[in-house]
Amino acid sequence: MFLPPEIPVKVKVRNLNFYYGKMQALFDNNLDIAENHVTAFIGPSGCGKSTHIRTYNRMYSLYPDHRAEGEVILDGKNVLDDDVDLIDLRTRVGMVFQKPTPFPMSVYDNVAYGIRLKAKFSKKELDARVEKALKDAALWDEVKDHLNALGTDLSGGQQQRLCIARAIAVEPEVILMDEPCSALDPVATYKIEDLIRRLKQRFTIVIVTHNMQQAARISDYTAFFYMGRTVEFGATDILFTKPEKKETEDYITGRFG
Amino acid sequence: MRARSPAVRKGINLLALTGSAAAAFIGLAFLVWIIAEVFYRGIGAINWDFFTQLPAPPGEEGGGLANAMLGTVIITAIATVLGVLLGVLAGTYLGEFRHTRIADVVRFLSNIFVSAPSIVIGIFVYAILVVPLGNFSGLAGAVSLAIIMLPVITRTTEEMLRLVPTGLRESALALGAPYWHMVWHVVYRSARTGMLTGIILAVARVSGETAPLLFTALNSPYWPTGLLEPMANLTVTIFNYAMSPYEDWQTKAWGGSLIIAVIVLLMNIGTRTMVHRMGRSKSGEGH
Repeated sequence: MFLPPEIPVKVKVRNLNFYYGKMQALFDNNLDIAENHVTAFIGPSGCGKSTHIRTYNRMYSLYPDHRAEGEVILDGKNVLDDDVDLIDLRTRVGMVFQKPTPFPMSVYDNVAYGIRLKAKFSKKELDARVEKALKDAALWDEVKDHLNALGTDLSGGQQQRLCIARAIAVEPEVILMDEPCSALDPVATYKIEDLIRRLKQRFTIVIVTHNMQQAARISDYTAFFYMGRTVEFGATDILFTKPEKKETEDYITGRFG
Repeated sequence: MRARSPAVRKGINLLALTGSAAAAFIGLAFLVWIIAEVFYRGIGAINWDFFTQLPAPPGEEGGGLANAMLGTVIITAIATVLGVLLGVLAGTYLGEFRHTRIADVVRFLSNIFVSAPSIVIGIFVYAILVVPLGNFSGLAGAVSLAIIMLPVITRTTEEMLRLVPTGLRESALALGAPYWHMVWHVVYRSARTGMLTGIILAVARVSGETAPLLFTALNSPYWPTGLLEPMANLTVTIFNYAMSPYEDWQTKAWGGSLIIAVIVLLMNIGTRTMVHRMGRSKSGEGH
């Protein structure tokens, strides 16, 4: 469940339990997320991957009957504590969702949204940051001539890259991706995987995926979730070739799930 | 079960089709008739003076309803500001904090209010504003129209906000947006066409109200001079003129009706076009 001591850990998850009202969804999750690496979460639907990831930025706090217990330690501070400033936390831990969710505004304003929240920049500085984020998200060449077009008018794959640009524009430390490719075709998926590989030099990336080939292709570490538990965790190449647990082996060989 | 012969089924089908077509035609015919009648009788009153002059004393030719039109615009504008401000805020509360106990109570009351007879609201405002102030006033008229608009705008706002996908809210919050910022910049922007449609329809509805103004703004043969004075307005003027024995006044009542009918029609056409355009821009959104 834990990384060897020589690897820098960005997020430490210890005894994390999660409840939707009375229903418990996560049971004593334990994990380490390596800094500036890609960690993939795999497992069958409903096993708690998304629930788990949504504790890192306290997304669940939006819903009164959702409750998390335990520790999610980001750089030494438990983000589940009541005194955590959610706005500050979310500028440090960004998120990309399963469905592309461009805001009903221009491509430019979509990317500028988070930057404008952080601080007041001059027009020139803002332009530069928007351009950089769009370049980082490999979208610049496709949209540079119509930055004023509606973000909602882009294709599905472009919309998702726009959402990634929007997330990295605020320079977070961690980026959470909740099945970012499940609504995309293979070409768009390839572009986003390529993007993730490049982005890990600057960001710590956690990605939830249903696609095991995808996890194997892009991640350095993989956690296998089953029935709300973190069953197995380790370096991706080892977990996929020599899994220790029987459930993991059954899942990656397609015997269930 | 006994199978019916195709002939019988076809017969029933034909009967149902004819019946519903006839009903639709009758409904439509009345609508066209009303508009045609108002046009036919009212068009004679429409001239430059009608829009620029004060009413002439009974028996005298000429004059216009300019003061009443201005009064209606003032009363409706104030009512719109009050109704939109409170209605949008209340609708936002219901839409964004929909699960709280208070929201349930407010929603229940608001839904009752939607169907409250406007004359009751007129009497209510008479009792709480006109009597204490000792005067009929344009302000009291505006307040009564605002109260009629309030539940309509509250309800449309709530419904439009509910149509905004949760993912959009979460995305904005995930970027570190404060809740109010997310609502203002993302949710309202996403729902604005629908909200605007609801507001225009509410304005169109109250611009034809007469009963609540009878008890509040009353009427006046002069230009509006202050919000705390009785204020001329089209609907009460139409009511008074139509009941009068003077033929010239009766024609002017038809002319006033024509103006209101045309304005309400234009507002409805405007919202139709807007809804149509909204439907087009939403198509590219993919959810």
